Amino acid sequence: MKHKFKLTIPPRYTLAILSFVCIILAVVSFKYKDSVAPVKTLVGSVMTPMQKGINQVGSFVHSKTELITSIEKLTKENETLKNELNDVTANNKVLQQEQYELNTLRELYKLDQKYSSYPKVAAEVLERSSNWYSEIKIDKGTRDGLAVDMNVIAGEGLVGIITEVGYNYSKVRLITDDNSNVSGMFLKTGDTCNVNGNLKLVDSGLLNLNVIKKDANVESGYEVVTSKISERFLPNILIGYVESVETGADKVTKTGYIRPAVDFSKLDTVLVITQLKEKLLDEAPNADKTSSTSTPDSKKN
Amino acid sequence: MKRNLCFLATVIGCYLLQSTVFQYLQLAHIAPNLLLIVVVAIAYIRGKNEAMFYGLLCGLLMDCQHSSIIGIYAFLYILIGYLAGCCNKLYYHDDYTIPIALVAIGDIIFNILFYVISFLLRNRTDFFYYFRRIIIPETVYTVLISIFLYKLIHYFVTNIENISRKES
Repeated sequence: MKHKFKLTIPPRYTLAILSFVCIILAVVSFKYKDSVAPVKTLVGSVMTPMQKGINQVGSFVHSKTELITSIEKLTKENETLKNELNDVTANNKVLQQEQYELNTLRELYKLDQKYSSYPKVAAEVLERSSNWYSEIKIDKGTRDGLAVDMNVIAGEGLVGIITEVGYNYSKVRLITDDNSNVSGMFLKTGDTCNVNGNLKLVDSGLLNLNVIKKDANVESGYEVVTSKISERFLPNILIGYVESVETGADKVTKTGYIRPAVDFSKLDTVLVITQLKEKLLDEAPNADKTSSTSTPDSKKN
Repeated sequence: MKRNLCFLATVIGCYLLQSTVFQYLQLAHIAPNLLLIVVVAIAYIRGKNEAMFYGLLCGLLMDCQHSSIIGIYAFLYILIGYLAGCCNKLYYHDDYTIPIALVAIGDIIFNILFYVISFLLRNRTDFFYYFRRIIIPETVYTVLISIFLYKLIHYFVTNIENISRKES
């Protein structure tokens, strides 16, 4: 404290050493993900309460600034209100039509019942993604019975999957994330497809769609739900609607875009389905675990 | 000692702001990179070694919270700290143009390297799209914030040094 300690190592060696440390860290954290997880959880648990507090301040300031700017806005708004009224009445008619459509679709596919049969936990969004990743942090964790790989929905559709759980928080990778890959299915035809997030589509809010069969009959407007063959996603959760499809450049697959059923820009509360995909499989054969552990042995034998 | 505590508080404060408040104040879905401003400011005022240390700290914080592999952010922040530290020789206490230019250059380098490490290696080859849509807006926003944040950090550093000088 009294005298500044002087490093005798030249900075460029420090740089080399620290870079080497980083590379080792990267390799270690990639290879032994499970043993690194507690450290991440610790940092997360320390940060979460503070973020929660600042979030409250932030939303307070946000609402106040909104208030100030709203005075200016109000005068302008007054002028546009009449036009808006016309729009709204027109919209209302469209909405009513859509509502009717929705009801008939629901009856057709009984999606609603399937969703409501899953146990769910509501959670608030604490933190939105950084610029390169589409992730959210929610305010429920192991304390509320959440676990990795649980599906997250909002309203009608799929939001993402839990990738990391702490005591009082968890991280959700959105289906719009560049790394996200969900195996889906067209509700009408039963053809399977892959739904990928892509950062390039961040402005349009769409998702990439890859149809595996070239001759699959796909039209825009088809509903895409999570497929039964998916390892981590529960079946029949609505992902979105096909926006457009065309035969890919390789002439083997069809590619296209999906409009997700969830509006990701207005995500503030989500529902976590606290039932894991594995459990669904385990329920019927109870002795499955013992048999599955014994099968590799018998194969070896 | 006091200065280090102060830097530490700034790092944590900036991280918290970056992950919460500025997510509300996003421009074009982009939040500024406050930690980069802190690292560049420390590098410019205090030199390479300290900047690399705080770069490591900032990087680990970001790694633990945002990426699945620990070390990428840490490496990038350390590198930026080192590069910006090269301009420590030019440090003049009244000059605000150099640090802000450093923030701009640093943010561009940081993001290009980040793109190469975590996107180009996954065959996302359309560099110009990412450059236009993410890197440029983030740089502009970060530079705007850095005008205020650099002054604040600079104020901290000079005042604490004055106080400790008086005490000794």
